[in-house]
Amino acid sequence: MSDKKVVYKNIAEMKYEEAAAELEQIVNQLEEGQISLEDTLVLYERGQLLSKHCTDLLNAAELKVRTISIDTQSNSQTSEK
Amino acid sequence: MEQLPLFTQRFWTVTEFTLFIRRLLEKEPATQDCWIRGEISNLSRPASGHIYFTLKDTGAALRCVVWRTDASRIRIAWLDGAEVEVHGRVTVYEVSGQYQLIVDAVQPVGEGLLFQEFLKLKARLEAEGLFDPGRKRALPEIPSRIGIVTSATGAAVQDMLNTIRRRYPLAEVILCPTAVQGVDAPQQIIRALKQVVVEGKPDVVIVARGGGSLEDLWAFNDEQVVRVIASLPVPVVTGIGHETDFTLADFAADLRAPTPTAAAELVTPNRMDLAAKLLGTQKYLIDLIKGTLQELNLEIKQNNYQLKLSSPLSRIQMQRQTLDEALERMKTTLIHQSELRSMRLAGFMHRFMAVNPTAVVNRGYAIVTHLTTGKVITSIQQVVNGDNISIRVKDGGFNAVAGEKG
Repeated sequence: MSDKKVVYKNIAEMKYEEAAAELEQIVNQLEEGQISLEDTLVLYERGQLLSKHCTDLLNAAELKVRTISIDTQSNSQTSEK
Repeated sequence: MEQLPLFTQRFWTVTEFTLFIRRLLEKEPATQDCWIRGEISNLSRPASGHIYFTLKDTGAALRCVVWRTDASRIRIAWLDGAEVEVHGRVTVYEVSGQYQLIVDAVQPVGEGLLFQEFLKLKARLEAEGLFDPGRKRALPEIPSRIGIVTSATGAAVQDMLNTIRRRYPLAEVILCPTAVQGVDAPQQIIRALKQVVVEGKPDVVIVARGGGSLEDLWAFNDEQVVRVIASLPVPVVTGIGHETDFTLADFAADLRAPTPTAAAELVTPNRMDLAAKLLGTQKYLIDLIKGTLQELNLEIKQNNYQLKLSSPLSRIQMQRQTLDEALERMKTTLIHQSELRSMRLAGFMHRFMAVNPTAVVNRGYAIVTHLTTGKVITSIQQVVNGDNISIRVKDGGFNAVAGEKG
């Protein structure tokens, strides 16, 4: 029924919160049900892929910690120490 | 003569009397909620966890007890000779008949003043609307970058990193270490807050510090620190000191956590919950698609039915039936008519039989023919004696000779 071509992002490159948000959106769309069978099947398949991607991310994640120092800026701004 | 008393004297038991004194003391509100200043002496900390000491000044001494549950909350340096202000209520320890103060709060002398200052600043900032509940922003449901401003040393930072690692390791942590106590602390905290926001672009910031004395936490009551926290462009969660510590930074933050670990928990979703939710979503998706397909199937069936109702097939079938009926009628008519005909034929035959001369012969009459003329003899005029005649009866004929006329 809608001939707008939706350009989907590559799931493998998506961050968790992005994928989770799109998954929720897909569920909402499917719940409303005002879509063609073809679109429904496409959404369903994408939903499954998104949720798998999310699960994989959750299982494989390792915390990244980046430390930034206030000294660099303090030198230029205030040189108390 | 000694007169016996009219009534015998009433004696208290020691327990009764002590209880009476105890009630007397406890009835007085002033003794049940009081601050007393003095010097700690005879400090005793047995294994039970309760703390016993005597509070004294130059003129008097007061037995004091801190129960274990309260003792864990009170974080002062317990030292004989320390000048302190204690808060508590007076009661009587019946076993030894001693009255004593049950202490529930202790602060170094002078801290009361600090607290007054704290309250004044709090009132001022509150009046400005800095602590309004309406200003509080919701934390991101799923953070992608978490800024942390805390001391690089100490357990707090490790506790927070461990908590985030355990709950939601997908987040990136941008750590900006700063002094959290001492004269420099407020300035450093302010710079760290600003820098973590500019450089790390976090979607939530944690400001944290492990437990310490009231003085240790004082940097978080600094007016400038409080103002910067309130003005940060992203939500701020504080986890400063212990559960019982409240700093002005806590009031200015979007959310106050009782400890650094709790702050890390509040900003992160638990990945176990997320995984469970994902599983649920997967199942739900399957249900949804099943439902849709079932609905479509039903629709198709319904349409099919509608189509059948309006299809020419039924008309054709109807016509075929009409045709069949017509054929049937035709057949019946034909049979009927032919029966009628044969009946009529039978009638003719009957009537024909009636006029058939042979029929008369059948009844015993005979037909006589003149052998010479071949004519049927119906009168005596036609024959004379001796004429040859032929007689026909039912089953054949024979010749005869005519005799005398009679």
